[in-house]
Amino acid sequence: MFKIGAPLVAAALALAACGGTTGNSTDAGSKACDLKIGFFGALTGDAANLGINIKNGAELAVTQYNEKNPSCKVTLTSFDSQGDPSIAPGLAQKAVTDKKLVGIVGPAFSGESKAADPIFEKAGLNTITASATNSLLSENGWKTFHRILGNDATQGPAAAKYIKDVLKATKVFVSDDTSEYGKGLSDFVKKDLGSAVVGNDETAADGKQDDFSATVTKAKASGATAFFYGGYYSNASKLVKQLKDGGFTGTFVAADGVKDDGFIKGAGAAAEGAIVTCPCLPPDKAPEFGAAYKKAYNSDPATYSAEAYDAANVFLAAIKAGKTSSADMTAFITSYSAKGVTKNVKFDAKGEPAEVSVWAYKVTGGKIVADQEIK
Amino acid sequence: MDFSLLFNHFWEFTITGLAFGAIYALIALGYTLVYGVLRLINFAHSEVFMWGGFAAVWVLLAFGASQASGLGIVGLLVVAFATAMAASALVALGLEFVAYRPLRKRNSPPLIALISAIGASYTLSETMGLRDKPFKLLGIDNKMVDYVGRPREASPFGLNIETKRLFHVFDYQVSNKDLIVLGSAIVMMILLDQFMQRSRLGRGIRAVAQDPESAAMMGVNRDRVIRLTFVIGGAMAGAAAVMYLLKVEQIRYNSGFLLGVKAFTAAVLGGIGNLRGALLGGFILGVAENYGQAIFGGQWKDVVAFTLLVVILLFRPTGLLGESLGKARA
Amino acid sequence: MNAVSSFFHGIGDRFRGLPRWARIVLMVAAVVFVYFLPILNPPLITTTDSDFGAVLFTCAMYALVAIGLNIVIGYAGLLDLGYIGFFAIGAYTVGVLGSQHAKLPLLLCIPAAMVVTLISGVILGAPTLRVRGDYLAIVTLGFGEIVRLILINAGGLTNGNRGISNIPTPPGVDLFEIPKIRWEGLTAFVDLDNTTTFLKFGVTDSVPYYWLALTLVGVVLFLDWRMQNSRVGRAWEATREDEDAAELMGVPTFRFKLLAFATGAAIGGLSGALFATKQQFINPDNFTILYSVLFVAMVVVGGQGNRWGVILAAALLTWAPEKFRFLSDARFLLFGLALMALAIFRPQGLLPPRRSVRASKADAETEVLEEGVARA
Repeated sequence: MFKIGAPLVAAALALAACGGTTGNSTDAGSKACDLKIGFFGALTGDAANLGINIKNGAELAVTQYNEKNPSCKVTLTSFDSQGDPSIAPGLAQKAVTDKKLVGIVGPAFSGESKAADPIFEKAGLNTITASATNSLLSENGWKTFHRILGNDATQGPAAAKYIKDVLKATKVFVSDDTSEYGKGLSDFVKKDLGSAVVGNDETAADGKQDDFSATVTKAKASGATAFFYGGYYSNASKLVKQLKDGGFTGTFVAADGVKDDGFIKGAGAAAEGAIVTCPCLPPDKAPEFGAAYKKAYNSDPATYSAEAYDAANVFLAAIKAGKTSSADMTAFITSYSAKGVTKNVKFDAKGEPAEVSVWAYKVTGGKIVADQEIK
Repeated sequence: MDFSLLFNHFWEFTITGLAFGAIYALIALGYTLVYGVLRLINFAHSEVFMWGGFAAVWVLLAFGASQASGLGIVGLLVVAFATAMAASALVALGLEFVAYRPLRKRNSPPLIALISAIGASYTLSETMGLRDKPFKLLGIDNKMVDYVGRPREASPFGLNIETKRLFHVFDYQVSNKDLIVLGSAIVMMILLDQFMQRSRLGRGIRAVAQDPESAAMMGVNRDRVIRLTFVIGGAMAGAAAVMYLLKVEQIRYNSGFLLGVKAFTAAVLGGIGNLRGALLGGFILGVAENYGQAIFGGQWKDVVAFTLLVVILLFRPTGLLGESLGKARA
Repeated sequence: MNAVSSFFHGIGDRFRGLPRWARIVLMVAAVVFVYFLPILNPPLITTTDSDFGAVLFTCAMYALVAIGLNIVIGYAGLLDLGYIGFFAIGAYTVGVLGSQHAKLPLLLCIPAAMVVTLISGVILGAPTLRVRGDYLAIVTLGFGEIVRLILINAGGLTNGNRGISNIPTPPGVDLFEIPKIRWEGLTAFVDLDNTTTFLKFGVTDSVPYYWLALTLVGVVLFLDWRMQNSRVGRAWEATREDEDAAELMGVPTFRFKLLAFATGAAIGGLSGALFATKQQFINPDNFTILYSVLFVAMVVVGGQGNRWGVILAAALLTWAPEKFRFLSDARFLLFGLALMALAIFRPQGLLPPRRSVRASKADAETEVLEEGVARA
C-alpha cells in the first residue's frame, strides 16, 4: 500500500493538483491493530429484524475477542443495505476502499449478495455469509465467497426426508412465500416428495400478508397430514395460527427462517408441535453462547445469530494469526477447521461448509428444542 | 386454474372472505369520509388503524388479559374495542390538526396535502417502530419490555379466545371469531349509517360534502365538521384494528400500509365519498381475493384485487355506487 | 417565506442579465463541476458510508425519473402513483433481452426498453386516463404493484425472485486513469490508490455510470425543454388548468394526456434500463410501491412543473438518506417529518415554476382589489 499525497489549499481544488511527495508511511512491519470486520445486511427497513439478529451475533464475537485481547482491538462496522439490492453496490464499493476492513459477515440475503459479491470478489475482500442460502451463489467461481450454513439444496431434501421418514406423511401440502429462499426450499421439497404432494399454494412475501384463510381452506381440502412452509417466521406465525384456528390438524414443518422466538411469540399455543429444520447444531452443544447472548441482548439467540457468531470468529482467528491480507485471509479461511457453535466450521473449495448436519427441532412447551438429526 | 376447489368449498371461501372484507370496509369508511368532505386522500389513515391496534394490545397487557376466561374475555373485548376506537380517533384528530389544518388555512394546492399525508404516514409508523428508544434513554426498557418488545417485530394480541365452531352454513362451520368480527362490523355500520342519516351532526357532514360554501352560509361550522369526520373515521379504523387482532392475533409497526392500500382500493371500488359504497367495496374485495386465490393460487391474490378495480372503473368510472356522500342517501 | 425561490429566481434573473459570453463560461463551468463531482469529493457533500460515485449515479438516475414523472404530474396534472412499474418494465426489458433470453448488446436493449415502456404506457393509459384524477392515483398504484407481482410470478420470462444476473454493460474503452481527491479537513490530497479509469464500465467503479447517467439527463432535459415550449406543452398546461375549457377550445385533451403519460413512461423505462446496466443484477425486490411514493415526493417537493426543481429534489432526497446514514433507523422518521414540514411551510415546493409564482402573485393582487383587504 503506497500513497502519494499533495497537500492543497482547498480553494485551489483539483485542477491545480499534481503528484507531490509527502507519502503516507505505513506501519507494515508491526502487527496491524484497529482492524475492522464488517456486517453487511439490513438494519433498517422491512427486513431489519433478521439483520439485527445477525449483527448481534457477530458483535458478540467481536466483544468477546476484545475482552481477551485488550491490547489489539477489532471493531465491527455495519453496512446497512436495508436488504435492498439497489443500495448494496454503493456500500460495497465504499467498503472495499477501507484498507482496515479485512472481512465481511454477510451479505445477509441472496439478492444483495448477487449485487455486491462481484465487487468484493474484484477487490479481494473476503465474505462469509451467515444467512444467504441460495445454492447458486457458490457456483460463480468467486474466491472470496464463503458460506457458513447449509444451502437450500441441503436443507430442502432434509426437510422432505423428515416428512417422509419420521412423520410418515403420505399427503403433504407445500407452500412458500415466493421469495428466493422460500421458493427454493419448497421446490426441493416438492421434487423429493413427488406424488405425496397433494396441494400447494403461495403466499405474499414475508410480512406482506395477514389473512391466509384461502390457503387454510385449500390445505384442509387437500386432506394433507403435513404442511411444509418455505418462508420466514413473520408469515409463518400467522399462518400456523390460522391453520389451527381453521381446523387443520396436520403437522406444520418449516425451515431455519422460522427458527426464531418471534415465531412462538406470534403464534402462541398454535406453534406447539411444529417442526423446524435447521442446518445447525442444537444450542445445548454450545450452552455458553446462548447464555452470553441472552446476557448481552436481553433475548434468546434468534435466527442466524449463531451462524454470524461463528462467521465472525473465523475472521477473528485470522486476525489473531496475522493473516490479514486478502490472499492470506482467503487461504486461512480455506484451511480453517475448528468447532463452532453451529457446527464444525470448515469450508470446501467452493466456499460452502464442508460438514453440514441438518437437525429437526420441535416446538415443545413454548420453546424450540432439538428433536433429532436428519440423516 | 382450478374451479372445483372454489365450488366444493364455496361457502368457506365466501364467509372467511367476508370476515376479512369487513375489516377492509371499516377502514375504507375513514378514507371515504375524509375524501367526501375534503377531497383528500388521507394516506396516513392506515397508521391511525395501526396505532389503535397497539393501544388495544397494551391495554390488554395492563389488564393481564392472557389469564382471562369466560365472561372476563367478553368484558376485555369491550375494553379493547373502546380503547382502540378512542386511541384511533385521537390520533386521527391529531393528524388533522398537525398535518392537514395548516395546509387548509393556506389554501395549498391539493397534491401538497398528499405529501403531508405521506410524511405523516412515515412519521406515525416510524414512531411506533422506534418506540424502544425513549425507554432506553430513560433506562427503563427492561421494566417495560412487555410493552416495548422488539419494536420492529410483531406484538401479540394477548387475549386468548379459543376458536369454537358454532353452526353450519352449508359446508362451512362458522366460528365464534367469524361471528364476532362480522357481527361487530355490521353493528358499527348500522350505527354509522343511522348517525349520518338522522343526527344533526351527520346532516352537517353531508351538507359540507355536498356544497361547503352553502353549508357555511347555513351556519354549519366547517372546521368542526372536518374534525368530526376524522374522529368518526378514526374510531372505525380502531374498531377494525381489534377485528384484525382477533383474526391475525398480532400487529406490527408497518401492518397498516398494505391494509391501507387495500382499504383505499375498496373505497374507490364502491365509489369514493360514498359510505355504503365503501362497505360494499370492502366486502367485495375481501371475497374476490379469496375466490381469486382459490382459482389462480395465492401468489395472484393482489393482482386479482387490483385487476378487479381497473375493470370496474372501466365500466363504472365513479365506482359501483357512485360518489354521493353529499346526496341524501348517505 | 418565498426566500428560497426568490433567491433562485433572483439568480436566474441576474444570470439572464449577463452578457452572452459570460453566460456560456458560467454554464460550462457549472457543467464541468457537476461532471467532476465524484473526482473532487468535496467535503461536506461527499458521503462517508456509501461510495460517493454510486450515490451520485443514483441521484442522476432518479433525476431522470423525476424529469419523466414531472411531465406526467407537473405538466399534464395526472397523479401517477405507479411510476415504479414503468421503471421496472424498462429494467426487465434490458434484463430479458440482454441476459435472460437473448444476448443483445446494451445499445439495442435501451431503445427496446423505451419502446416497450412507451407501449405499456399507452396500454395502461388508454383505458384509465378517462377516469377522474383521484381514481387514476389508485389505478396506477395498483398497476405498479401488479407489475411487481407479475415479475415474481411469471418465472419463465423473468426468472421470478431469483432475478436476472449478468446484464450487459455499456461498451467502454480504457483510455487513462483519473486519480480522485481525498480530503483531510480542508487540505486536498491526490489519491493515486483510488482512481477512475476513463470510460471503463466495471463493477467496482460507479463514476463512468454517473457520467453516462448525467449525459442522458442532459439530453432528456433538452428534449423536455423543447417539448414544453411547443404546442404540446401549451396543450398540457391548458388541460391541467381547466380540462373542459381546453376541450372547448379544440384541444384534444385525452390525446395529449395520453401523450404525456406515454412520454413519461418511456423516460421511466430509460432510467430503469440505466439502473439495470449499472446494477448488472435485478430482482423484483427493487421495485416496491414505496419507490413510487418516493418518486411522487420528488416531483412535488421540487415544485411540480419546474424541471430544475424536481432535479434538485430528486438529488436531495437520494443524497440525504445516504449522507445522514449515521442517524441509522431514525432516518425514515426524519424523512417523514421533513415532508410534513415542507408541506406546511413551503407548499409550492422548493422551486415552484415561474408561471405559478406569477399566478399566485396575480391571484393575490386580484383578491386585494376585489376585497379591498390584503390576505394574511
